[in-house]
Amino acid sequence: MATATMDRAKARTGFNAARAVRRYGWTFAVYLLFVVLMVVTVIIKPDYGTFEWNTLTLAALPLAFAAAAQTMVVLSGGIDLSVGPLMALANVLALRAMVGHDLRYSLGVAALVLLVVTIAGAVNGLIIVVTRVPDIVVTLATSFIWAGLALLVLAKPTPGIPFDFQDLAQGSAVSPWIPNALLLLLVVPLVWMPLRRSRAGLSIYAVGSDRNAAFRSGVNLAWSRILAYSACGFFAACGGLALSMTTGIGSPLAGTLYTLSGVSAIVLGGVSLAGGRGGMLGPVGAAYILSLIPAVLIYLGIDPNYGQMIQGLLIVIVVMIGGLGAVLRRA
Amino acid sequence: MSASIAGSLRFVQQRSILVLVALLVALAALIEVIRPGAVNANWVSNILEFAAPLGILAAGQTLVVITGGIDLSVANVATAAAYIMASQAPYGPTRAIVLGLLVGLAVGFVNGLGVALFKVQPLIMTLAMGLVVTGSLNVYGQFARGVPSVPAVVHELGSGTVLGYVPVSLFLWSAIAAALVLGLRGTGFGRLLYALGDNLEATRLAGVHAWQVLLTTYMLCGLFSAVAGIVLAGTVNAADLGLATVLLLPSVAAVVIGGTSIFGGSGSYSGTIVGALILTVLNSVLTLLDVPDPVKQVLYGAIIILLAAAYTRVLGRD
Amino acid sequence: MAAELNVTPAGESAPLLEASGLVKRFGPVVALRSADLRVGGGEIHALMGANGAGKSTLVKILTGALTADGGSIKLGGRPRSFGSTGEARQAGLICVYQDPSLLPDLTVLQNLKLTATPVGTFRAYLDELGLGGFDLQAMPRELARPTLSLLDFARALAIEPRLLLLDEITASLPADLTVRVFNVVRRLREQGRSVIFISHRLAEVSALCDRATVLRDGRTVGVVEPAQGGEERIVKLMLGPVAEEVASEAAAPAAAARGEVAVDVRELKAGILNGVSFTLHFGEVLGVAALEGQGQQELFDCLAGVRRPESGQIVVGGRSRTFRHPADAIRAGLVLIPADRLQSLLRQRSVRENIALPLVSRIRRWGPINPRGEKRRVEGAVRRLGIDTRVQSEVRRLSGGNQQKVGIARWLVGGFRTLLCFDPTRGIDIGTKRQIYGLVKEVAGNGSAVLLFTSELPEIQLACHRVIVLFGGRLVDEMPAAEADEQALLRAAHGLHSEAEAT
Repeated sequence: MATATMDRAKARTGFNAARAVRRYGWTFAVYLLFVVLMVVTVIIKPDYGTFEWNTLTLAALPLAFAAAAQTMVVLSGGIDLSVGPLMALANVLALRAMVGHDLRYSLGVAALVLLVVTIAGAVNGLIIVVTRVPDIVVTLATSFIWAGLALLVLAKPTPGIPFDFQDLAQGSAVSPWIPNALLLLLVVPLVWMPLRRSRAGLSIYAVGSDRNAAFRSGVNLAWSRILAYSACGFFAACGGLALSMTTGIGSPLAGTLYTLSGVSAIVLGGVSLAGGRGGMLGPVGAAYILSLIPAVLIYLGIDPNYGQMIQGLLIVIVVMIGGLGAVLRRA
Repeated sequence: MSASIAGSLRFVQQRSILVLVALLVALAALIEVIRPGAVNANWVSNILEFAAPLGILAAGQTLVVITGGIDLSVANVATAAAYIMASQAPYGPTRAIVLGLLVGLAVGFVNGLGVALFKVQPLIMTLAMGLVVTGSLNVYGQFARGVPSVPAVVHELGSGTVLGYVPVSLFLWSAIAAALVLGLRGTGFGRLLYALGDNLEATRLAGVHAWQVLLTTYMLCGLFSAVAGIVLAGTVNAADLGLATVLLLPSVAAVVIGGTSIFGGSGSYSGTIVGALILTVLNSVLTLLDVPDPVKQVLYGAIIILLAAAYTRVLGRD
Repeated sequence: MAAELNVTPAGESAPLLEASGLVKRFGPVVALRSADLRVGGGEIHALMGANGAGKSTLVKILTGALTADGGSIKLGGRPRSFGSTGEARQAGLICVYQDPSLLPDLTVLQNLKLTATPVGTFRAYLDELGLGGFDLQAMPRELARPTLSLLDFARALAIEPRLLLLDEITASLPADLTVRVFNVVRRLREQGRSVIFISHRLAEVSALCDRATVLRDGRTVGVVEPAQGGEERIVKLMLGPVAEEVASEAAAPAAAARGEVAVDVRELKAGILNGVSFTLHFGEVLGVAALEGQGQQELFDCLAGVRRPESGQIVVGGRSRTFRHPADAIRAGLVLIPADRLQSLLRQRSVRENIALPLVSRIRRWGPINPRGEKRRVEGAVRRLGIDTRVQSEVRRLSGGNQQKVGIARWLVGGFRTLLCFDPTRGIDIGTKRQIYGLVKEVAGNGSAVLLFTSELPEIQLACHRVIVLFGGRLVDEMPAAEADEQALLRAAHGLHSEAEAT
C-alpha cells in the first residue's frame, strides 16, 4: 500500500528527474562520449576540418543503417545475423541495375532494391515464425543464402555506381558541416518516428518486452515479429545503398563486417538484447563512435588494425559492466 | 491411429540419430548414382579428413550449446590458434602448438568469465570476443617476424594417412569423440551441462555453482577450437588470417542438425559427429554436381533450415 | 448436489454467458472434464475451486487464449467461440489477471494505445479507484504491483466490457484498495453488466457475489448462493467426498518426539518479511499458514539460500549462518521443495538424472559416475515414493504428482537434515497428496525437521505438529495442530486473531 501511495505522490511532481535519467541516461551518455571523443580528436588533430568530418559521416552512414536494422529485430526480442549479407545483396543489386544510367533511373532502381531486400527481411521473419526454428539458427543459415545470392548477382567487386547517385551521399548540398551523408540519416527518424507511434510499432516493442502480456493485450505475435524483420530488411537495404553511394562500387562481400559492427552498435547504443527496451537514437550515435575510433587511431599514428580490437574490447567492457550492474542489483 | 503415429514419432524421436545416419547413407548413395564408382575408400578417406576439423570445432560448440549458450568465436579462435602456431613454428613445433592451444584456453576463459560471472548473453560475449581475437590477430600479423609455416608434424596430423586410407586426424578426432560421448553420459560434469541447459534455476537450487561449470565449458570450447584450427592448418598446409572463418556456420549447423537443442538441455556429441559428416558429404555432393560456389552456399543455407525445421516441427523438439 | 445444480435466481431470463460441457485436454492430462457456467446479466458470479480444479483453464477458454476440445459457449444466446484474445475482446469479454498484463517497457499511455483503450474513460475509472492525476508517461516496469493491478483493472473497465473476468486480482491488493475495487464492481452490477470473480478468499466472495459456481477436478459440481451462509457448502463442494475421506482416514501426526533445535530463526527481515523469529526442532513438522504474499515466500527463500535476508539470523547447529547460494544451505542440511515443479525439475531429462542431480553438484563429483551405485540409490527412492516410472525418458511427460515426487526423491538421495516444503501439494491429486503428507510425517519420525507451508489450510492439521501463522510479514500466531482447525487458521491468517488480542 505504501508503494502505491508513493506512485501516486510521484505522479504529482510533474517532471521526474530520476525517471528521465533512467530512460534517457544511456543515450545521453552515448552522445556525451561522442562529443568527448570529438574534442579529443580535435586536440590530436588541430586542423580537423570539413573533409575529416565528411569522411566520418560517410563511414558512419552504412553502419548507422546496419545498427538501425538490427535494432528493429532486437526490440522484438530476436536477432538477425544476416544483416550484413542483406546489405551486400542490396549493394550488388544496385550496381547491376544502375551501371551506366542517369540519376532518375538510379532512384527508381533504389526504390526497387529497397522493396526486394525488405521482402528478403520479411522472409527471414516468416521462416522463423513458420518453422519455429530459433532465430539465431535461421538467420545464420539465411546469411549464407543472401550472401550466395549476392555472389550470383555480382561475382567480384565492380565499380560503376553513377556519380550522380554517389553524390547523394558524398556531396554537401546545405553546408560543408552538414554533409549529405548526415542528412541521409534522416531516413531513420522518417521511418522510425511514425512507426514508433503506431500500434504496429508498439506491438514490436510489446513482443520483445513480454510475450505473454503482449498476447493477452491482443497483439498478433507472428505478424509483429515478421514486421520487425521486414523493417530490418528495409534498413539493411538502406545500408546497402549507402555502401553503393559512399564507395561507388558494388561488392558481394562488402556487407560481411556490418553484421558484427551492427550488433556492437546496438549493444553500445543501449538496446537490451532481451528485447523491448531501447530506441534508435542510441545505436545511431554508437555507430558514429565506432566509426570515429579508427579515424582517431590514424590521427594518432597508430596502426588502424587496432581498430577492430579496440571496438571488440569496448563492447566486452560495456557488456561486462552492464552485466555486473545487473548482478549487483539482484544480490 | 493417432496413437500409432505418435508412437512411431516417438520412436523416430528417440532414435533420431538413425534417421541422420540414413540421410548420410542416402547422400552417399546419391553421389554413387551421379558418378558411379565415386564412393570408394579414397572418397571416404577424404570425407573423414575434411570432416575432422569441423567435427572437433563442433565438439566445443556442442558442449556450449548443451548448456544453453552459443560460441560465435570458435572460428576466430581456430584461425588465431593456427596462425600463431604457424608463426611460432621456427621456435620448434612443441612451443608452437602449446602457444596455439593457450590462445584457445585464454579466449575461452574470458568468454566463460563474461558469461558465467558477468552474466553477459553468450551470443554477445562471444561475438565481441571474436572481434577482439581477429583484431588482435591482425595486429599480431603486422608485427610477427618470419614467414608463418606449418610444422611437418602438424601437416602430418592434418593430412597424413595410415595404411594408405585412414587419416591421422581421425585418431585425434576419435579420441576426442570417445571422451565427449562417454563424458557427457557418464560423468558428473556431463550431467551438469545438461542440467544447466535445461533449467538454470533448478540446477542452482540443487546446490550447483553454475559459474564453475560454465567457465570450464567455455574454456574447453576454446581449447577444442584451437585444436580444430591447428588440425585444419595441417590439412590445408597453410595458415592465413581467414583460415577457419568459413567453419562458423557449419559448426553451429552440425550441432543443430545433430539434434542438440539450441536452447540447451538435450543433445549428444554422436549426433554432432553425424551432423558434421552430413555437411561434409553435402559439400562433396554439391562439388560433384559442379554447382558454382554461390549456388552451393544458397543450397547449403536452405538445407540447414530444412533440417532444423524438420527437427523442431516434425519431431516436436522445442 | 443435483438440486444445487438447478439453483437459478428468480427473475433470470436468458443468461448473458452460457458455457456448457467444456472439455480441455493437454496431452494425457485432462484439465476440464465437463465445465458448466451460466452468468446472468447484472450479476457478480464467483468461480471457485481448489488449485488444479480447472479455473484458469476455463478462464483461458472464455477469453480466447485457449480453444476448448468440446462443449459450447453462448454469449447473449448466440453460440460463440473465440480464436484469439482479440476476438474475445471485441465480443466484450475481458479478463484482468492476477499478474497484470501491462507491457513493462511501454508507457501506460502506449499500453492504452496498444489495446485501443479510450484514455478519457480510463482516466475516469482511475479517479474512481483513487488514482486521479496519475502520470500516464510512467513505465509499468517502475511501478509497484498494487498500482499495476489497479491500472490493469481500469484499462479493462475503460473498454466497457459486457462481461469482466477478474482472476484473483485482489491477491496482490491491500485491504483499502480492495474495497475500492469492490465498489467499482458493484456499480458495474447496477449498470446491468456482469462480472466473473475468481478468488480464494471466501469472505470476499460472500460479501460481493450473487452466485458461485464451484469446480472440482475439471467438473462443475455445484452452483451456490454464497451470501446466505453458503460458505460451508462451497468448501464442501470444493473439497469433495474424497478429501473428506482423506481427512477422516489420515490420522493427525503422532505427538512429536521433539529433538534438538534444527533451525533457529531470529528477527528475520527480507522484503515484506518483517522480523520473524521461531525455532524448528528435529522430529517435528512445523506448519506455516498464511494467505498469499504474507512473507512466506521470502522466509523459505532465505532459509534455502535463494535470497539473502536484510537482517536477522539463521542459526543452524548452534552457528549463525550466511547462505550466499543454495549450495550453502544444502551443506547446512536445509533443502527446498518449491511449489512450482518447473522451478526444480529438469524437464527434458530422465527421472534418474533428476533424482541424482545433488550427487554430482559438488566440483569433486565432476568425475565418472558409478552407474550401479547411482541406480541403486535412485531406485530405492523411487520405490519408497512409489513414483510411476513407466515414462522414464523425460520428466515433463510425468503427471504433476509424480513430478513433485521426483523433486522430493532427489533429496532422499541427496541427503538432508531439514526439509523446507513450500506448498508441495499445489495442483496435485488427492491420492498423491496423501502420500506426500505421509512421507513428510515419516521424515520427521526418522528424526529430521520439516517446515511446511501449504496454501490449503485444512491440510495443516493432517501433516503438522505445530503451526505458525504469518500475516503482513509478521508472525502473528502460533498454535499446536490440535487447535488449528480451518476456522482458527483462517481467522489468524486474516490477522483477526492478533487484532482481537491487541484491542
